[in-house]
Amino acid sequence: MTAATAPIRAKRVMPGFTLSLGTTLLYLTFIVLIPVLALVLKGAEIGPARFWQIVSSPRAVAAFQVTLTAAVIATIFNAVYGLLMAWVLVRYEFRGKRILDALMDVPFALPTAVAGLSLTALFSANGWFGGVLEAAGLQVVYTIWGIALAMAFTSVPFVVRTVQPVLEDMDPALEQAAITLGARPWAIFTRVVFPAILPAWLAGCTTAFARSLGEFGAIVFIAGNLPGRTEIAALLAFIRLEEFDYNGAAAIALVLLGFALVLLVLSNLLQNWASKHREATR
Amino acid sequence: MSIQISAMTKRFGKTDVLRGIDLSVQKGELVALLGPSGSGKTTLLKIIAGLEWPDAGQLAVEDQDWLQLAAQDRRIGFVFQHYALFPHMSVRDNIAFGLSVRPRAERPGKSVIAAKVDELLHFLQIAHLADRYPGQLSGGQRQRVALGRALAIEPKVLLLDEPFGALDAAIRRDLRRWLRGVHEATGSTTIFVTHDQEEAFELADRVVVMGAGKIEQIGHADAIHDHPATPFVARFMGATVDLPVTLQAGRADGAGLDLTALARRALPDGAARLLVRPQDITPVPDADAPWRIVTRMSNGAHLRLVLIHPDLGEAEADVPRRAVKAEALIPDATVRLKIEGGTIFPRDQPQHATVDTPKTTPTRLESSR
Repeated sequence: MTAATAPIRAKRVMPGFTLSLGTTLLYLTFIVLIPVLALVLKGAEIGPARFWQIVSSPRAVAAFQVTLTAAVIATIFNAVYGLLMAWVLVRYEFRGKRILDALMDVPFALPTAVAGLSLTALFSANGWFGGVLEAAGLQVVYTIWGIALAMAFTSVPFVVRTVQPVLEDMDPALEQAAITLGARPWAIFTRVVFPAILPAWLAGCTTAFARSLGEFGAIVFIAGNLPGRTEIAALLAFIRLEEFDYNGAAAIALVLLGFALVLLVLSNLLQNWASKHREATR
Repeated sequence: MSIQISAMTKRFGKTDVLRGIDLSVQKGELVALLGPSGSGKTTLLKIIAGLEWPDAGQLAVEDQDWLQLAAQDRRIGFVFQHYALFPHMSVRDNIAFGLSVRPRAERPGKSVIAAKVDELLHFLQIAHLADRYPGQLSGGQRQRVALGRALAIEPKVLLLDEPFGALDAAIRRDLRRWLRGVHEATGSTTIFVTHDQEEAFELADRVVVMGAGKIEQIGHADAIHDHPATPFVARFMGATVDLPVTLQAGRADGAGLDLTALARRALPDGAARLLVRPQDITPVPDADAPWRIVTRMSNGAHLRLVLIHPDLGEAEADVPRRAVKAEALIPDATVRLKIEGGTIFPRDQPQHATVDTPKTTPTRLESSR
């Protein structure tokens, strides 16, 4: 053994690490980072005083209020309905379950404009539901309820699809253990099942909320877009852009971006918490 | 609490999981349900727990019909194979669960529950783990917590599903002794399921051997070991070599076999089969004998010889490697087989259970050694 031994270098098992990482990072830079950066720069261009003036104008404040309120309503609805849907899809066997499961993706796949159009047609005064609701004294179209409805429609899969896998992965022995210890169904749900899916459920709701804040296509058809009443923030940004008021559009968009980032971080924190708690007991 | 099970059957789809189970367990007894996977032992345990329901049969505990009783009302302690601890609760909360979940009228006060949990934590020697979460515990520790959680409700019957299945051999032995102690201290009626005979025999007062949905034999370790009631039990107990013999006046005879060491059996004359453990076969070199050694493998202490007979096929024999005569036992040597012990069954005895137990499957578990 005379040959000088070269230092041992671990060989990568998967080839193409540099190439694939480089490609994805480049893509991310062009598609996500640069546009976001441009938006931030555009917004910063005008200085804090002007920025504040734009975002605190009565019309902008009203738009943010409408957007947030409707998103909260939509998210509360989805939190309940989405959880129920996930529960039904995981826990029961019935005919057409797979079709129902596939239908859950329709809001993802459907062009939002199509969703907006069909919701408007259904809920307008001469639509199927609209007529009935009108008679009951409830107007959906051109009100905040319409906005919330459109938001709920497009964001419900986020709740279902985050809760579903966690519920599926739950060890049935956990519930059986609770049964043998004397727990009644409600106690099993509140003390065993719900805590297990809580992080995923919260994360799903957060993503659904973020999606609702940014929803545009489905809403503009049903909202009526009355400035100060049913005009959402994304639409206001769009209108400013149409008026060649780039700074105004950027300022409003920046506020939305801020919301989205905060929610994204929150969602990730919740997911982290979730994975920590799901750490195997098996 | 004494448990009476009679004529119990259960099907899953097209499979008969239980095919008529009759079993009675005395108050304070520690019973093992022993059998290979698919023998129905876990299903039987879950029926006693109320987590599964039989298609027919009776289950009475102290003369109370438990098939009319929901699992919640049976007051059983069930320890799951993978413990099923609640991952989002601390050890303390896990153990307290069964008490804190009771309806308000029956629920003990907070301080009573806390005291009970503390007592159990000390009794099970896990007081230092009280505030940890299941994810932070080792397998053996989880096992103790799971048992603590089950004992907290002061169960009438304690049921354990493969309690040591997921643990290392050394920890298993410790926990076995410890569980025996817990059983004696609490005085509960205990039934546990296992596929490990060593575990069953060491721990249980009585062992119930199950195969393919039927009880094959009930008894103590020695009786089951020396006098297996059916070919299935014999094979499950390690007698994997199946040799055809002929019986005459209680004496067995077979091709190339020396059966002088076997006791006479009160069985009718004619064709029979002999089930033998490989370690009860001693090959003796004999130029005229029909058996030939094919392979010879050593695990250090023992030689495992694979033998072949032109008509009967293969058989295996275990010989101590240091034995003087072992030197002559080399491949291609012809030998006759001296049988030191074994069980003879009539040829036509129905073989329960062997249906889905392939002949080549070693029923003795290597992991238990």
